[in-house]
Amino acid sequence: MTEGEPLIRWDWIASHLDEFALRLAEHVELTVIAVGVGFVIAFALSLVILRVPRAEGPITAVTGTMYTIPSLALFALLIPYTGLTILTAEIGLVSYTLLILIRNIVRGIRGVPPDVREAAVGMGYAPREVLLRIELPLALAVIIAGVRVATISTIGLVTVTSLIGQGGFGFLILIGIQRFFTTELIAGAVLSVALAIVADALLVLLQRRLTPWARAE
Amino acid sequence: MKLLGDVARWFAEPAHYQGPDAVQTRILEHLEVSGLAVLVGVLVALPIGLYLGHTGRLGFIAVNIANIGRAIPSLAAIALAIPIAGTLLGVQNGLGFWPTFLALIPLALPPVLTNAYVAVRAVDRDVIEAGRGMGFSEAGILREIELPLALPLILAGIRTAAVNVVATATLGALVAFGGLGRYIVDGLGLQEYDRLFAGALLVALLAIAVEVALGTFERAAVSPGIRVQQGAL
Repeated sequence: MTEGEPLIRWDWIASHLDEFALRLAEHVELTVIAVGVGFVIAFALSLVILRVPRAEGPITAVTGTMYTIPSLALFALLIPYTGLTILTAEIGLVSYTLLILIRNIVRGIRGVPPDVREAAVGMGYAPREVLLRIELPLALAVIIAGVRVATISTIGLVTVTSLIGQGGFGFLILIGIQRFFTTELIAGAVLSVALAIVADALLVLLQRRLTPWARAE
Repeated sequence: MKLLGDVARWFAEPAHYQGPDAVQTRILEHLEVSGLAVLVGVLVALPIGLYLGHTGRLGFIAVNIANIGRAIPSLAAIALAIPIAGTLLGVQNGLGFWPTFLALIPLALPPVLTNAYVAVRAVDRDVIEAGRGMGFSEAGILREIELPLALPLILAGIRTAAVNVVATATLGALVAFGGLGRYIVDGLGLQEYDRLFAGALLVALLAIAVEVALGTFERAAVSPGIRVQQGAL
């Protein structure tokens, strides 16, 4: 922070709205790819766990260890192999979503009442139909709760990818730190938190739309 | 494979264990700022969490504060700590230890507070009623009944906080702090991939070591009677 410089220069903010829009698009893109790819992988691994309960221990151990490794360290370990690319960022971001998503998908599907499942089987549903038409809809609230947590933490972690040349709003934070320019770093930080809040609210709305029966309870 | 050889040579180089940039110095700096931040976080959040859990007040806030904490990006916390440290402690303290330390404290608070609240709330109401019937004071109930029974979850919250803080202390290198993040940030800046990779390995190992050490401590500290009970659930 430089002496005599105001904490926030509003004129700078007003003249950089175009850049904010660009960083927003980057931030959303990095987040959507990470949560989307993470969900597909987590869903597949969850199905494995549900079918082969013995696999739960090893899968939880591996995803839990990935979750423990600090984000910057994980990116740094990948750089010599995949460089300062969006691929490096996404490998790291995706691996952080897995633990949370798998936990909620497995918990959600296991939480489906056994008599409901039995009734479906008794009515002649094939295993695939039981999964798609009975278990998934009933587990949806718990699954979306996991997606919310994964999305919020991913939006936060995306800012760290600015160090490997990506970053969305994190880019503003990083440049702000390097230039000692508080306006830019505060703008980046506030916009990133705001994006997390908006994304969370949208997912709550999505959940209400997808599980109308949950509202009556 | 050439990289791994370079990294092994980096670790074997005696110069990397001398002077201000020595590996052991960086590890100590990292643990010092993390330990202090977790300590302050526990001192602030644990009494609040225990009190709210005991009285059952403000439950919604106590439970959701962990989610709010997660929404604050670690890089943003470090960045925002620069002007805060500069304003509170003078411009000369706007970089280095202080902004790193100040940014880590709010990351330590939410898991400690939320877990303490949930843990105390989860204590069997019958046990508390029995304690009250036996003439325990409210403070006695908290100290003698709720605290021991809530201990496993409380310690798990502190472990989560510690791992988060150790991870985020890495970013302190961006605001001119030392710690193991120094090797990553400098390795990136200088494009020295052996230093970068060595630093990343050290940070990852330190985080896993903290996780394992605190997990072991949890199992040792929790009363065997409670452990059996949990296994039975």
